[in-house]
Amino acid sequence: MADIQIERVRKDFGAVRALDEITLHVADGEFVALLGPSGCGKTTLLRIVAGLETRTAGRIVIGGRDLSDVPTRNRGLAMVFQNYAVFPHMTVYENIAFGLRMQGADTTRVQAQVKRAAELLHIEMLLDRYPAKLSGGQRQRVAVARALAVEPPVLLMDEPLSNLDALLRLEMRADLKAILQEAGTTTIYVTHDQTEAMGLADRIAVMHGGRIVQFDTPMAVYGRPQSTFVGGFVGSPPMNFIKVDVTGGQAKLGALSLPAPVASGSVLAGIRAEDFALVERDKGLPFNVLVVEPLGSHALMTGRVADQIIRVVAPPDTAHAAGTEIGLAPVQQRIVWMDAGSGTALGRSA
Amino acid sequence: MNALRRIVYATGIIAICAWVLVPIYFIALGAFGGRGGVFAWPKTGLPDRVLLGAMQRFLEIEGVWEAALNSVIAAGLCMLLSIALGAPAGYALARFRFRGANLYRLLILMTRAFPLAILALPLTVSFIRIGLYDTPYGVALIHTALALPFAALITSSLFVGIPRELEEAAWIFGCTRWQAFLKVVLPLALPGIAATAIFAFVISWNEVFAASILTVRERTLTAYLLKILSESPLHYRFAGGLLLIVPSVVFIFAVRKYLFAMWGIANR
Repeated sequence: MADIQIERVRKDFGAVRALDEITLHVADGEFVALLGPSGCGKTTLLRIVAGLETRTAGRIVIGGRDLSDVPTRNRGLAMVFQNYAVFPHMTVYENIAFGLRMQGADTTRVQAQVKRAAELLHIEMLLDRYPAKLSGGQRQRVAVARALAVEPPVLLMDEPLSNLDALLRLEMRADLKAILQEAGTTTIYVTHDQTEAMGLADRIAVMHGGRIVQFDTPMAVYGRPQSTFVGGFVGSPPMNFIKVDVTGGQAKLGALSLPAPVASGSVLAGIRAEDFALVERDKGLPFNVLVVEPLGSHALMTGRVADQIIRVVAPPDTAHAAGTEIGLAPVQQRIVWMDAGSGTALGRSA
Repeated sequence: MNALRRIVYATGIIAICAWVLVPIYFIALGAFGGRGGVFAWPKTGLPDRVLLGAMQRFLEIEGVWEAALNSVIAAGLCMLLSIALGAPAGYALARFRFRGANLYRLLILMTRAFPLAILALPLTVSFIRIGLYDTPYGVALIHTALALPFAALITSSLFVGIPRELEEAAWIFGCTRWQAFLKVVLPLALPGIAATAIFAFVISWNEVFAASILTVRERTLTAYLLKILSESPLHYRFAGGLLLIVPSVVFIFAVRKYLFAMWGIANR
């Protein structure tokens, strides 16, 4: 078991700065997701932790040991790759045993560990097969088993579920969470899928343009995004940002007047789609319904507030037909106020 | 339209096959048809009778077996050197991004742009000086120079076909670069490397010009045949020709799918 200390890590590709002084502390046994759009540097950061990529500056300290200049093979990590990287010329058994054999483990330990890892991932019956005969989901399980068999202090995962189909991904996600919780391995998990990050991680580091823009628990990242980027990237549908004018410390949203964190000027009210109550037209923010999508568990309404398009989630039976105009009353304590210019959070309204 | 395309396609295939197969067939006719078979006209589809005399007499010619041994030595050495030097170059081209990689790739092919005829005289002089003249080893060196570009490019495409992540996974689980190559890359590339080796062998086996210039007594089979057969009856020449062709055709046929990989037609 070990914690991971990433200190002021920088990475330049020529003139392009891929990572800009990243500092991140992953506690022992913690599961941290690096979440961000493609090109944000999350995979580069993971590969630097693994030693597969060189860094321009900064330090990687794992379990108190400075591993910055230690070659990959001596870092004592395990990793699961996006395309699985299961060795095609070895049986499943040999794949899972690979790390143990490289450590020079004796036969009984290899057998015991392979058996244990295979049982954990429910692939005991596949041990004699070659990867070519396995499905994508099974290969993924082999890759995870291979990583867990060495009982690594630190596990790195690079979009491990992105090549699986939706149903399999859901199943594997739940399995993965249960397995890793039990193993208690410190894990860094790279993903661009915010549901995965939300569902799996203890904490999420949201990355954008080579920086970590927010590092917090999933609920905090979801409920209190520190910028419009985070609010828009995390959650589906993305957070609504309604531009409102403030006078005398009061923001005017239709018939409603809410206390705002600034005295005057223009701010953005960040409101999640489910944080609206539907009221009569003249008792709230006027909302012109354009499209209604019944999604079973809820209905997604897309409509217009003043000249802005926003999305509102309502219980399936209370959705209004397209073309009607209703009022919206936001749940006050869940509003995140953002600066209209910089798009960063202003602190919460009282 | 579709039918027309199919006809054009089929005609093309037949033309290309005929271009290669018909001469081989005529050589075979000449080799097995005896003296009469060579001069018979019009050619019959199948020879009236198969005469093994010419083939047998040919194999009894003094020096043929020694020459064949020289050919095997030269081709074997050429094969080993081509892989030993070409595979690392191919690996570097496939795995490392370095300044001038494309230029390097081009230069590899450019080595084939020098006509051997121009290099022959200086090479002969140098080989005499260092004592490689008139040995199969000298011939092997020249043949390696001819085969190396292909060896480097074919192995490079082999290594490109092996995902980098497999190697990275091996490093993660405790392998050095070299161990990862031996345990993961090499087993996966081995069939293709074997094919490349055979290709190098065939290049050397078939080469006649350099071999003729660089040897006098220790001739390779091709060079030896060129010398003695120019004074022999035609059906012996055909017998010798057929004997030279057959191994290369068989080898190339055996490894064809890996050679296609070089041209990017298919990787599987």
